[in-house]
Amino acid sequence: MANAQPLLSVRGVSKAFLGVSALENVDFTLQAGEVHALLGENGAGKSTLIKIITGAYRRDEGEVLLEGTPIHPRDVVDAQKLGIGTVYQEVNLLTNLTVAENLFLGRQPKRFGLTDVREMNRRSKAILDTYGLDIDVTAPLANFSVAIQQVVAIARAVDISGKVLVLDEPTASLDAHEVEMLFAVVRQLRARGMGIIFISHFLDQVYEIADSITVLRNGRLIDTVPVAGLDRLKLVSMMLGRQLEADIKRTIDPNTAQSEPLVSLRGLGKRGNIDPLDLDIRQGEVVGIAGLLGSGRTETAQLVFGIERADSGTISVAGTPVNMSSPRKAIAQGFAFCPEDRKTDGIVGDLSVRENIIFALQAQRGWMRPLSRSEQEALADRYIAALDIRTSDREKPIKFLSGGNQQKVLLARWLATNPRFLILDEPTRGIDVGAHAEIIRLIIDLCERGMALLVISSELGELVGYSSRIIVLRDRKMVSELTGDEISTDHIMKAIASHDATGEAA
Amino acid sequence: MKNSKYLPLMATFVVFVLAYIICISVFPNMLSTRVAGNLLTDNAFLGITAVGMTFVILSGGIDLSVGSVIAFTGVFLSVILRDTSIHPLAAFAIVLVLTTAFGAAMGGIIFFLDMPPFIVTLAGMFLARGISYLLTTESVPITHPFYSTLQDIYFLMPGGGRLTLIAIIMLVVFAVGIVLAQRTRFGTYVYALGGNLTSAQLMGVPVAKTTIGIYALSGFLAGLSGIVFSLYTSAGYSLAAVGVELDAIAAVVIGGTLLTGGYGFVAGTFLGICIQGLIQTYIVFDGTLSSWWTKIVIGLLLFGFIALQRGLMWMSERSARNMRHASAAQPSSA
Repeated sequence: MANAQPLLSVRGVSKAFLGVSALENVDFTLQAGEVHALLGENGAGKSTLIKIITGAYRRDEGEVLLEGTPIHPRDVVDAQKLGIGTVYQEVNLLTNLTVAENLFLGRQPKRFGLTDVREMNRRSKAILDTYGLDIDVTAPLANFSVAIQQVVAIARAVDISGKVLVLDEPTASLDAHEVEMLFAVVRQLRARGMGIIFISHFLDQVYEIADSITVLRNGRLIDTVPVAGLDRLKLVSMMLGRQLEADIKRTIDPNTAQSEPLVSLRGLGKRGNIDPLDLDIRQGEVVGIAGLLGSGRTETAQLVFGIERADSGTISVAGTPVNMSSPRKAIAQGFAFCPEDRKTDGIVGDLSVRENIIFALQAQRGWMRPLSRSEQEALADRYIAALDIRTSDREKPIKFLSGGNQQKVLLARWLATNPRFLILDEPTRGIDVGAHAEIIRLIIDLCERGMALLVISSELGELVGYSSRIIVLRDRKMVSELTGDEISTDHIMKAIASHDATGEAA
Repeated sequence: MKNSKYLPLMATFVVFVLAYIICISVFPNMLSTRVAGNLLTDNAFLGITAVGMTFVILSGGIDLSVGSVIAFTGVFLSVILRDTSIHPLAAFAIVLVLTTAFGAAMGGIIFFLDMPPFIVTLAGMFLARGISYLLTTESVPITHPFYSTLQDIYFLMPGGGRLTLIAIIMLVVFAVGIVLAQRTRFGTYVYALGGNLTSAQLMGVPVAKTTIGIYALSGFLAGLSGIVFSLYTSAGYSLAAVGVELDAIAAVVIGGTLLTGGYGFVAGTFLGICIQGLIQTYIVFDGTLSSWWTKIVIGLLLFGFIALQRGLMWMSERSARNMRHASAAQPSSA
């Protein structure tokens, strides 16, 4: 298949945001009649690459060739006209318009200067017939399930563009039957000779539908390989990055494993987010959560902290069941949570370092008992010194600090509330090497002082380094709990790569 | 489920029919083309501007400037007809160009400066009202003979009712509005903007052109409404039409258009106008009720319709959520 001219070819593309490189010298080749999976963890550069191909971003360097001709799409609409259509996970159609209007928006057939609704409906019906979809095209799109909306979105993209179809996590909210329906459509388009870029977190699906796989990590191309005969473990290690050095592990006090758990989860779960799981976290223990993006890691943390409400199971603190229906209640129990997306869920960019630090404590005390300015300053100074937060001034707006220092401020915010149980979601993402090491040292230090911690991280080596136990999530299920000598990057990757006996592929 | 789109419209229709039945059962005389003709004439200016408001609200925006623009139009016409020898038709053309450009400018500011329509059109409201004051603070009568000619044009309906020129203009505006909303690309784009701006953009809707077009249309219709209002009152007064923007919004919402945009019909707005007109007519017939009862009943109706819309949204959100949950339960291993 390689001797023909590739349908789409990306050569040496780089892209940086504010000096931070998001994509470095990446090559990507898509053949006609191929389903090509694009894999990588958060921040790997998948979405940046897709946005460059679909015209949402301009590349800094490199070239994109469509059927051998260099293209420079100005925007998404321009890329569509060139032949590159995209369907997103959150279906980007208009649910208040009819199916037919969605298919023909912007290119409605006209008669006497007015929209020819009858002709539009007739043609819509004909288009959807080719996908085996027999629905009322005059009904609002909102009446149909997400799967059907996806197919309508694909039909629109194919009808307008017709060469390259980008499917950005199209199956994330579909059930098994709907995924089959979608894949039937994808196979049909492949047979028609379209090139399809498929992005998904579900490895089983990648094995089922894709012909080849390109893996990105940290903005770099790792490899492009055919799916046939590809070992799952090898794929996972490509995605996560194999640690070459031997795992460095913290020595764990055997006594902690015997003590009473501080936090116990029993059958805690929420449909569509995470299947029910049991977990105990003791004082002086770091429990790590490993898994690929979309495996239910963050969802678990959100259930424990009361951001999402569980629909099954219980949470007990020190043996007493508690009602964890809101973050306020979690904080009242001495819980703390540093979220994954620091910028949108954590810091308040325009407020100063001091104000960001005192937030949680002030919220806990209530507005009736404000911290005095001198108390605030003392608190801020103490944590700036204790965590070595590099800022010229405690009154500096936090948005001017580096990622690592912002993360430390968030930690300081929660440490100021003197928590018993600290949840960290990707505490070391996007921060420099020096701050990285300091945050890991801090995690170990807090743990040794008797705090209970739950840490989510994609950095397996790091997780192995400080965790007393590690649970592995896959496809929104807990699949393994590793303790003692089982804790190693190898075991984690095997657990992630393992798949149910019912899975088809591989 | 398919009918959920039409449910608010049907609710409006039911309310209208019920209101009419109540009116007729109390005052049988209200069942006549005379009453109908008067109702249309009295509400012609409101109906015309409400059509513009329907487009604005369908797109997810709001236009608070229309009342002031109506007053400005009236003052401008009365002053120009008093002080110059320009023919009224030419004056109409000038004022329509002015108000359309005014609306287009507000649309441009809303889009290019990414400002909330509420604030931009609030500024427009003060601006238009202020300019009317600058022109004159008095009520200026319009005595041009052409005005009398226009005011005397009517179509005699069976039963003796008069369908005046301004009522006919309103009906034509509604008819054109319905076609524009349902059968043109512009109309679909308006619904698209109200449905989801990001999606609309990704699907290639010309957002800038459509936004400017919507507010220009609203400005044009406010100008036309001002012309009709000046024909109706034979005067221009800078304090006229205060709060008409709110009456227009009320008519649109009672007509079943969702205030958040994306759902609704121009025909619904016509029913909304008729309901408001019916209440006023009832109060006139009764003779003892304070005219403020109009506002009270409209207030209650508004509450009712907002509750109905909220309920419908809540129901559809819930069914969507259930659908997602049911489907997300087993995301893997086909």
